[in-house]
Amino acid sequence: MNEQLTSTKLTAADFATDQEVRWCPGCGDYAILKAVRTVLAEVGARRENTVFVSGIGCSSRFPYYIDTYGFHTIHGRAPAVATGMLLANPDLDVWIVTGDGDGLSIGGNHLLHILRRNLNCQILLFNNETYGLTKGQYSPTSHLATRSPSSPGGSIDNPVDPSSFALGCGARFVARGVDTQVKQLTEVLKAAYHHKGAAFVEIFQNCIVFNEDVFDGFTAKANLAEHQLQVEPGKPLVYGTDGSRGLVFDPAALGLRAAELSEDSANDVLVHDPGNYNLATALARMTNPEFPMATGVLYDDPGPVYTVQGAQSDAAARTDRTLKDAMRSGFSWKVDRKS
Amino acid sequence: MNVVEGTKPPEGSTVETVVVRFAGDSGDGIQVIGSQLGLASAMAENDLGTFPEYPSEVRAPVGTTYGVSAYQVHFGGRPIKTIGDEADMLVALNPAALKTNLDILKKGGTILVDSGTFTQRNFEKAGYSASPLEDGTLDGYRILAPDISKLTLESVADIGLNRKASLRCKNFWALGLVYWMYGRDRQPTIAWLEHKFAGNKDVATANIAALNAGHAYGETVEATALEVARITPEPGTYNFVTGYEALAWGLAAAAELSGRRLVFSSYPITPASPLLHTLARLSDIGVTTFQAEDEIAAICAAIGVSFAGGLGVTSSSGPGIALKQEAMSLAVSAELPLIIVNTQRAGPSTGMPTKTEQSDLNQALYGRHGESPLAVLAAGSPAECFEMAIEAARIALTYMTPVILLSDGFVANSSSPWILPDIDQLPRIDVANHAEPESFNPYDRDPETLARTWAVPGTPGCEHRIGGIEKDFATGHISYEPDNHQKMTDVRADKIAGIAKSIPRLEPDQGPAEGDLAVVGWGSTYGPISRAVTNLRARNYSVSHIHLHHLRPFAANQGNLLAAFRRILVPEMNTGQLAALLRAEGCTNVEALNKMTGRPFQVAEIEEAILSRLEPGDE
Ligand SMILES: Cc1ncc(C[n+]2csc(CCOP(=O)(O)OP(=O)(O)O)c2C)c(N)n1
Ligand code: SF4
Ligand SMILES: [Mg+2]
Repeated sequence: MNEQLTSTKLTAADFATDQEVRWCPGCGDYAILKAVRTVLAEVGARRENTVFVSGIGCSSRFPYYIDTYGFHTIHGRAPAVATGMLLANPDLDVWIVTGDGDGLSIGGNHLLHILRRNLNCQILLFNNETYGLTKGQYSPTSHLATRSPSSPGGSIDNPVDPSSFALGCGARFVARGVDTQVKQLTEVLKAAYHHKGAAFVEIFQNCIVFNEDVFDGFTAKANLAEHQLQVEPGKPLVYGTDGSRGLVFDPAALGLRAAELSEDSANDVLVHDPGNYNLATALARMTNPEFPMATGVLYDDPGPVYTVQGAQSDAAARTDRTLKDAMRSGFSWKVDRKS
Repeated sequence: MNVVEGTKPPEGSTVETVVVRFAGDSGDGIQVIGSQLGLASAMAENDLGTFPEYPSEVRAPVGTTYGVSAYQVHFGGRPIKTIGDEADMLVALNPAALKTNLDILKKGGTILVDSGTFTQRNFEKAGYSASPLEDGTLDGYRILAPDISKLTLESVADIGLNRKASLRCKNFWALGLVYWMYGRDRQPTIAWLEHKFAGNKDVATANIAALNAGHAYGETVEATALEVARITPEPGTYNFVTGYEALAWGLAAAAELSGRRLVFSSYPITPASPLLHTLARLSDIGVTTFQAEDEIAAICAAIGVSFAGGLGVTSSSGPGIALKQEAMSLAVSAELPLIIVNTQRAGPSTGMPTKTEQSDLNQALYGRHGESPLAVLAAGSPAECFEMAIEAARIALTYMTPVILLSDGFVANSSSPWILPDIDQLPRIDVANHAEPESFNPYDRDPETLARTWAVPGTPGCEHRIGGIEKDFATGHISYEPDNHQKMTDVRADKIAGIAKSIPRLEPDQGPAEGDLAVVGWGSTYGPISRAVTNLRARNYSVSHIHLHHLRPFAANQGNLLAAFRRILVPEMNTGQLAALLRAEGCTNVEALNKMTGRPFQVAEIEEAILSRLEPGDE
């Protein structure tokens, strides 16, 4: 019976649970949910072997809606809980779902450490530039001067860019997706799934209640072409209507320059190489509107995956020593029964 | 300078117990010779207890009072339960060691100093204006003041080590003299040195030469050799263990007994770290350790381990335990097994990290948020550390609950000989994971234990989602229903209360099960209370000792047992936390005896408190 359960090809619908989805109508989370279910079906994920782990926030309700194992934990700590799951059972397929507040405010420390340790998992950070669940306070990703209940005069904290943060932490896979760009999002999620090690995906997610259209500058239909660059491996980094603009290397700035392309400069356009860390960093740091917002797989360069003595490297670490032997080590002695 | 003064015990006399305290600079090898005296005493059929005291600075300047390291050994021919209130002999390898440890030496006790270090410069560093050997400071003590430095150099001269390496052997010279004075066999220490320095024969040879020279010196001066009484040790295989070693082994044993992977997840903190270090060395027997980025991550990872079907354990000391409180409530709500070890230290805040205290009982009982009941256990000796680690796992797995296990800096670091238990003879902890998909519901409960059903990832058909949001009693789904929350609050409390049914009946550790006075303790006050009660019972006083391992819930008969005493005395290294709990449980005749100095109780302090509460007729 178990055989049958695991071998049947599942559809996206098979990953739905009997729980009513409770996000606000029109929330970007719905589209992400749909994309994730589709990806799970397409990659042939085994339900019993998959775990969704989340912290707290609107985004973190995600596990209730995916019919796999799921753990809705506490604010910011999902990476730590996921780490424990992988220590106990490295064969699990673990997805972490977090928000900009959950992952970068209260849980920033854990996000840093799971990335630099490179545990084998997918991390989806739903960035809506707000604390949705607690009713719209500004978050660590909110752009300067964001007006919110806790920043009525406009926020004064510099925001953090999640993808740059991840690259700085030593992540070996960093990608960006957009809730409304389903095709690209599913491709990005599939690439994350197939990456060995921690795969970090920032998803721009529209919170229609507290931060409606905050990403319109590069996601609205009218702005897409001019303000978003959907990177693809091996493809030139061009954008704009008719591909009239492109990224070239600026030697003086040791960085990128957005250039109006002409016959001559077309050859200078950089080609996307997800294995190039410096390029990925430069792409992630581009800010709109001076630059287009880069989306897609910015960086994919697998490195050694976290293994732990006694866990993943079980066979290698084990000796034929037993606990009894260990207890006899050091100052052990025997007293015989006196006759 | 070679002073021998004071009264010496008559030649050839026998003493029942002896307390020797070694003190010196942190680079003098004090801990090594202390544990060697322990080993030699165990070989001489003595029972014993030891306790190290480290300076709080990592590398204090040589010769300073805050760079002094000490090690106390209490050995003799009766069950040894403490490290001894006072030392009979103080070995002080420099003036600072003498200065900081003299108060522990009993009046008339023996002092061995290295007069080679008694220089003006060292007096100044120690805060002496003149030589304490000559200004009357040590009047009334028996003083041995050979130039150990010089004698050590002479004894190792032909081995060819440089001066610095040669001088490093002086701790073994002092140990040799101590061995002569108490009739210890040098052989176990010689064997240990040969093994330890197998790769550096000259160092082994030099230390052995120094040991022998110190021993021979005993015969040349009028130092008296004493006969120390012996015990008849129980047959068995022994090891000389600290509390943290026994606790580590107990956790590893619990993993074997339950057939689960032990994952120990922790963040370094004094005095809890040795547990992490000990378990890290057991990776080859299947133990996994994880050094997390902070205490919150450490407990969360342990919770993740349990979710995935392993035995998740986390550990810290007071400040770190405070950081773990939110996550403990998650484990309470998600009803997952989890062990949280708290090696308590003196607080609040950084407090005195290397000093001991029992002040986190309230944190264990009343921490977290919301109504978050969990089980609380305490260990008071290395043997109890082993047993309580297994008991914690039994409760955690059987009842699907977090369990806090309280240890402290004193239990963790003190050591004694211990008969190694046969793990194969211990009861197994058989808790099966649910694997039956038919009508599976993660919040179905065992009618007996009220534990919820535990299915782990990897099990087809039992996929489920849980979290910290309130669950429906029947379905386990999210629920905000008022009556349901009442019901879930009640069932979580009932489950913890019900653990009492599985706890062994509480019996007095000593004395009758009723009477005028019971001394009730928990954790590391075990030793001094036990010795005080033994001493007074030997003098025909009627007093009982009741020792608690289970602090939540209590053993089912505890209330009745305590009610059978007219007065209850509760010594604690806090301001009366157990005493307050006992009063809250209806025990009105509780009197607290509290000590907050960072040092364990002395036997005399407890004896005095008992005597002041007994009528003359109680004798
Ligand atoms: C310890 C703790 N502090 C604060 C909260 C309140 N809280 C819940 S969610 C949240 C912010 C969530 O923001 P984000 O991660 O961006 O998720 P979103 O709701 O926007 O998806 C806060 C502050 C909490 N649940 N726990
Ligand atoms: S508050 Fe915003 S993020 Fe939360 S569910 Fe509603 S729309 Fe989505
Ligand atoms: Mg958010």
